[in-house]
Amino acid sequence: MAKKAAYMGMLTALAFVFSYIESLLPINLGIPGVKLGLANLVVIVALYTMGLRAAFTLSLVRIILAGFTFGNPASMVYSLAGGMLSLLVMVLGRKAKLFSVTGVSVLGGVFHNVGQILVAMLVMENANLAYYLPVLVLSGTAAGVLIGIMAAILVKRLKKAIGDLGY
Amino acid sequence: MKKNDVILIAGILLFALAAFGGLSWYSAASTQKAEAVVEIDGQEQGHYPLEQDTTVDIQLVDGSYNLLEIKDGKADIIEASCPDKICVNHHPVSKRGESLVCLPNKVVVEIKNGEGMEVDGTTH
Repeated sequence: MAKKAAYMGMLTALAFVFSYIESLLPINLGIPGVKLGLANLVVIVALYTMGLRAAFTLSLVRIILAGFTFGNPASMVYSLAGGMLSLLVMVLGRKAKLFSVTGVSVLGGVFHNVGQILVAMLVMENANLAYYLPVLVLSGTAAGVLIGIMAAILVKRLKKAIGDLGY
Repeated sequence: MKKNDVILIAGILLFALAAFGGLSWYSAASTQKAEAVVEIDGQEQGHYPLEQDTTVDIQLVDGSYNLLEIKDGKADIIEASCPDKICVNHHPVSKRGESLVCLPNKVVVEIKNGEGMEVDGTTH
């Protein structure tokens, strides 16, 4: 239990720091929402080493913390929509046992952006935002591959170092 | 990476490509063609697509007239009965929102739909 709590705290702090680093390095490609999603690396590691409940808690705490410290209520809503949809799809993708960590990460990256667009379309009542979709799907895939490769290495090594903490 | 991952990525890329193609097709189909709308004293008299070369003789009840020519996708008043000829000297218009105005005859030719101007405005 103590080991699990310590590990969880460490991951939460790490995800929080990653969110902060990303907020310092805005990638500006002219389309809002294109980003690497470093924090998703931690969520994937949590999903694979500790399971669904830990990954969900981690993602939620991370979004709320980051939203209050260097975001705003609007960005928090978008993060929540993206983060939760992304996690849901990643959990399903993992359950399906069809993909490796990289594939699951790609699904997460893509659906994070899809979730954000859907909420943006609802909030702004503007269907034209769908024009962003192809670009954001592509950027989500690219970010997902990168994050996925890193996550695969991390999961392998962490499992060796600390053992499986899954439920 | 497993084989399924590659299939997944390929599938997503295909989807993005298809979505991009579909959206550009949709936007091309739903964008209306630019046209010149002729108004006399605020009353719409007719509209003429810019892609079709034509000449429109705008006749007013008191005998004054403006001759509107549409050529190479641009609308231009080439002849008018008014004394100042400001509308005739105006450069041909083609971008959305641009207009040719003849105050003495109360004739306004405005471009509707189509491409807008790249800049909001310029001064000389």
